Amino acid sequence: MDWYPLWNSLRIAAISTAVIFFAGIAAAYYVARLPRVIKGLLDVVLTLPLVLPPTVVGYLLLRVLGPKRIIGAWALEVFGVKLVMTWWSAIFATAVVIFPLMYRTVRGAFEAFDETLADAGRTLGLSNTYIFWRVRMPCCRQGILAGTVLSFARALGEYGATSMIAGYTPVRTATISTTVYQLWRTNDDALAFRWVLVNVAISAVILLAVNLLERRQRETAHVRRRMA
Amino acid sequence: MKLCVDIEKRLGDFHLRVSFTAEEETLALLGASGCGKSVTLRCIAGILTPDQGRITLGDRVLFDSEAGIDLRPQQRQVGYLFQQYALFPNMTASQNIRCAVPAKGAERDRLTAEYLRSFRLEGLEHHYPAQLSGGQQQRVALARILASRPQAILLDEPFSALDGYLKWNLETELTDLLAGFPGPILWVSHDPEECCRNCRRVCVLEAGRTGRITGMEEMLRRPETAEAARLAGCRNFARAVADGETVTAPSWGVTIPWKGPAGTWTLAVPAEAVRLGEGPLRGTVERVRRDTRRTALLVRLSGAEREALLWAELPPSADASPGTEVALSLDPERVWVLPG
Repeated sequence: MDWYPLWNSLRIAAISTAVIFFAGIAAAYYVARLPRVIKGLLDVVLTLPLVLPPTVVGYLLLRVLGPKRIIGAWALEVFGVKLVMTWWSAIFATAVVIFPLMYRTVRGAFEAFDETLADAGRTLGLSNTYIFWRVRMPCCRQGILAGTVLSFARALGEYGATSMIAGYTPVRTATISTTVYQLWRTNDDALAFRWVLVNVAISAVILLAVNLLERRQRETAHVRRRMA
Repeated sequence: MKLCVDIEKRLGDFHLRVSFTAEEETLALLGASGCGKSVTLRCIAGILTPDQGRITLGDRVLFDSEAGIDLRPQQRQVGYLFQQYALFPNMTASQNIRCAVPAKGAERDRLTAEYLRSFRLEGLEHHYPAQLSGGQQQRVALARILASRPQAILLDEPFSALDGYLKWNLETELTDLLAGFPGPILWVSHDPEECCRNCRRVCVLEAGRTGRITGMEEMLRRPETAEAARLAGCRNFARAVADGETVTAPSWGVTIPWKGPAGTWTLAVPAEAVRLGEGPLRGTVERVRRDTRRTALLVRLSGAEREALLWAELPPSADASPGTEVALSLDPERVWVLPG
């Protein structure tokens, strides 16, 4: 059994989750501070990839990243790099699809954050950066962690947009999900089933982690309420 | 050092217009809930930006809409004690204080230890806020504020959510801890008795407007506005007309001598100033409410122009039951004629 799809899936999921970790947190933090109309609009745009079919996301990405399209042509000319049909093309697809998950989970955590803590910090002379990293982030830690794990899990399972933008080339762009599809299509049932088991095992571990995180969050919230 | 505030702020339908000066004293900012007390404090601390006006602390300008000055909260040096103390839940007592100390390295450690000692927090350094009692949390919050070297302190209803016994102890402790503070302190509350115990002077806030600063006892004994009278515990109010010699409240059928400008006024009578048993007024007892300090009677006046109700007070042991016919009069010394 060739393990390349597992390794490829893991690195795509890890890199896109790392990118979206910061992008999602930054978006959640700054969008909340915008005027209401802009906030509502931006919220729709940023959440859209969550409800759009992944094939639509893939199509839209091809429209901008394809070798003859704006960004794709520019990258080809300036860096000599093709943006589609390589293993890292899948990072674009995965990042766009999981961004709303991170953004919305972190926004929920930030909304539950008691703003008087930030106000208190500012009147005490603490810088906004200090308050963000030392008060806001630790207080929202569990929500942010849950968002990250969920995003990673969704990234591992990404199929639609990835297959459109990275295609399926064995040992070059193959991921677990595209491999399963390819094996099933070519009637290699036994190998397909093995990959399915691998996928189920990884997803189960991740969901277990999310559940543990959520239970811990509930417990700490309960303790805080009881002590208050 | 003086804290001068003269600001305006619109929030939806609410229009705040406050103007007062706190000397080096504990000044009470007294008002019913929703009258703009917290908004005022937030504007002074720099958490909210007023629409226009000016705030100065000593010779520093914190906010001036005309000069385009609006210092960040970090630059204002105004301590703010929040209702629930707003301690950082992810930091220990010691870390909560330490982060506010404006020093570095060993000096910072020394100052932190000093604040922990002088606020009697030794042994609690490594406790998280959720593991501290209300009193300990208050001490950490105050230590943290004083560690940040503020030039003025704002107290936002520090005891609003506490029961009587705890409130009394924490209040006494807070006064002790603040005793050495050299700058102005604003004590925001809706409880006139609490203000009376802790402040000499008071500024009454009514629907977003401030009145004249008066002595605390003076405000309770001789309120200058209907809102001040309400806050002082007065429960009987009536429209009244003055003619220069007397003032008449038609709804009560009461006329008392009063020299002052003719016009429309509000007559306010505390329940203790309603004498029962004799007098020109007649009425029927409608309700009786008793506690350990008094028996309060709601009397429906008969013979008045319109139906009118009046609260009267008797000693707690007094005999009273609904339906009884009573005669009553008002103590003219304690009837307040107020504008509005």
